[in-house]
Amino acid sequence: MSLRIGVDVGGTNTDAAVLDGSRVVASTKSPTTPDVTSGILVALTEVLHDVDAADVSSVFIGTTHFINAIAQARGLEPVAFVRLATPPQSMFPHSGWPEHLRAVVGEHIFVCAGGSQFDGRLLSELDEPGLRAIAAEIRAAGLRRVALSSVFSSVNPEPEDRAAAILAEELPDATITKSADVGRVGLLERENATILNAALLGLAENVVDGLEKVVAGVGIAAPVLLSQNDGTVMSLDRARAYPIFTIASGPTNSMRGAALLTGLQDGVVVDVGGTTSDIGLLQNGFPRESTVAMSLAGVRSNFRIPDVFSLALGGGTIVADGGAVVGPESVGYRITEEALVFGGSTVTFTDVAVAAGAPEVGEAARAAGIDAATTERALGVVRDRLVHAVERTKLSEDAVPVIVVGGGAPLLKAVPGLEDLVIPDQAGVANAVGAAFAEAGGEVDRTYSLATRTRAEVLAEAEEEACRLAVEAGADPELVRVIDVEDVPLTHLPGGGAVHVRIKAVGPFTATKSELEGALA
Amino acid sequence: MKLIDEQALLDMTLGSTILGSGGGGDPHVGMLLARDAIRKHGPVPLVDLEEVPDDANIVFIAGIGAPGVLIEKLPRAAEYERVLQELERFTGQKYDYVCPAEAGGLNAVTPFACAGPSGVPVIDADGMGRAFPKLEMVTPTLYGGKATPFVMLDEHGNTMFAETATNAWAEDYARAGVLASGANAAMALYPMTGAEAKQRLVRGALTTASDIGRAIREAREQHVNPVQAVLDQQDGVLLFTGKVQSVQRQNKDGWTIGEATMVGLDAFEGQEFVMYFQNENLAATRNGEFVATTPDLIMAMELDSGEPIPSEVIRYGYRVAVIGLPADAHWRTPAGVEISGPRRFGYDTDFRAVEEIAG
Repeated sequence: MSLRIGVDVGGTNTDAAVLDGSRVVASTKSPTTPDVTSGILVALTEVLHDVDAADVSSVFIGTTHFINAIAQARGLEPVAFVRLATPPQSMFPHSGWPEHLRAVVGEHIFVCAGGSQFDGRLLSELDEPGLRAIAAEIRAAGLRRVALSSVFSSVNPEPEDRAAAILAEELPDATITKSADVGRVGLLERENATILNAALLGLAENVVDGLEKVVAGVGIAAPVLLSQNDGTVMSLDRARAYPIFTIASGPTNSMRGAALLTGLQDGVVVDVGGTTSDIGLLQNGFPRESTVAMSLAGVRSNFRIPDVFSLALGGGTIVADGGAVVGPESVGYRITEEALVFGGSTVTFTDVAVAAGAPEVGEAARAAGIDAATTERALGVVRDRLVHAVERTKLSEDAVPVIVVGGGAPLLKAVPGLEDLVIPDQAGVANAVGAAFAEAGGEVDRTYSLATRTRAEVLAEAEEEACRLAVEAGADPELVRVIDVEDVPLTHLPGGGAVHVRIKAVGPFTATKSELEGALA
Repeated sequence: MKLIDEQALLDMTLGSTILGSGGGGDPHVGMLLARDAIRKHGPVPLVDLEEVPDDANIVFIAGIGAPGVLIEKLPRAAEYERVLQELERFTGQKYDYVCPAEAGGLNAVTPFACAGPSGVPVIDADGMGRAFPKLEMVTPTLYGGKATPFVMLDEHGNTMFAETATNAWAEDYARAGVLASGANAAMALYPMTGAEAKQRLVRGALTTASDIGRAIREAREQHVNPVQAVLDQQDGVLLFTGKVQSVQRQNKDGWTIGEATMVGLDAFEGQEFVMYFQNENLAATRNGEFVATTPDLIMAMELDSGEPIPSEVIRYGYRVAVIGLPADAHWRTPAGVEISGPRRFGYDTDFRAVEEIAG
């Protein structure tokens, strides 16, 4: 019972890897299918040729399914949106949304008196009768998904909690997503993330059920967990409630895999795909997270997501103009037809890399005709662009290792001037390895008033809470550790009255609290 | 007179980030507020200072609070719709025009949220031509203009009317009041006549913001360098092109104080540059010599995209062009330098115009 299986469902390929400790004992790549699960079935069946299903202790799955659903506004449900603030409000989250998303989610917007101030004082007394009247309207409109937010719920969650209880009472058939459980400080962005999460719930239910079935179907009895954006995992029950936390798990899994395959905890990770390279910073074995609001399929959001920079350089990137132009155009997934080494007629980055001595892909002889000047120039462009991107990703001038993973990783071996790159064996399935190399985490992201407490007291309390949350999510209580601490005082507030704290704790995944309790009972 | 519609507002908002000189608050929220007003009440007239009668009554409209609060407790249209009425009630005086106090950052566009519903035009001018952190740091102060009577209005109808002895007192009272109400409020302040406005304000400040925003947008569309486009248009000086090597930052008395050190690229290879900030960028040295100081504007822009980089965001690895833009002539007078010059912020150097140092 010591094997862990990681599965990463990407846009093109579904990769699976089996780990024994930190050793990869089996791996495979197969095409992703529109229903997700049949691709997973193929991948699992493949790796189970090499290992016994009874030896599998857990299965970890990372999927881009939900981000695709958001991008295409597919499978989303309408959402009722309730904000606790001081009515009437004039700025609503939907205003910046792309039309097609707005049309699906709808504009069922309600504002009720409530919310908090930055120091936790009440902004407005919660208008309970008003909230019950809103619930009646939601019921009458037949809406089943409610996104609930409260001003400064990250400082004082109480009004949001109380309102959620009242709404649950009035709307027993609805699910209520609270903004404090989803996003960070920044009301509009947190609400956007909360609404997207609520809109995904029906789809999440189906996908998660499907995952459970496909794993059980191949004879694995072990628990199934999903990779989250921050490199930690969550139970399927939690995934049913918070699908939004899985949407950026792809690059995260690659970076976690890079850490495991190299044993390095800090560095820059370059994940070379077919069209782009994703570049991010590994800190303490986890991807550095974005601290600013970012656009998610055209919606400004803020929640835990890796800070990854996408460079238009992949195996299929088209080389033109005697090597002076490298991309951004790419042949993408058609590389196996269009690249020279595969018998096509387009010169790609793969072709020039192979011509310059990268490990053979396709038929190297077909790339032999590219003239040396073109190769040299194109690889020079690639080197400059990569060096620049790596620089941009680092946080200090200190030298850090640069780890390259992904299907296109070996191509970089041919680029002159990049000899220090760390390219692990199994780089091609780093994402699946990363999924399997899961840890459980807990995070606190909140603004604290310093009126009655010191900064040190506040930090100690937040650390304790982050560790407790990590253990509840399945982290080994003995090995849980804090990996990230950040505190920023709010400006323009004389006297330093409030501090914004972000703390993250992680530990090796053992089992979730409910599973532990189940085992004890 | 021009009409400010949604596109014009977007250009103005982007340009105001440059005029924010690294500070001024994220204008995104202000843009949303102003955009809603334009959608609801139609495009807002923007009038040249020359078109304003001498006996007209004018007042600054501004939001006051903390940027970290504003993104959570969003400003509401209701306060901007009422703030002028409240001042009229307090003073018994009608106001014919509103005007931004600062053209840098968030407050460049908040007057549009008041002007639309109030049916008054916005004047194409401001009291800074940039952003500064305190209420008394405006050009009218140089001419004896008074911040009060002012009105401050929060979302619960708490209303503060004040008459203060000095403009610095006005800052202290307003700051204490806004803290009590939860660090976000709307203000109408610095009432003045048209004649006074013509003497005291920075002319065309909003047009400048719009021009800068449009220059960046068009340069991006045409794939030419946005930094150069801004320099050409504003008679600016390229202070440095380089890579951010380290950033020191500390929070003191409610301010973010720090410095960013850069090493040179291109023509500046081998040289070193330090940009000093206290919320806004206030001074810059190249190879140890001051090359720009407040009140002139200092702004870091991302080298390729031209994206303005606020001092709160700048960090290691950014490749930037640092530009210097001349401050308005009001600030370059002895009285102006006294209020806004480098010594006021603790830098041991005299003010010298950025274009002179460069030349």
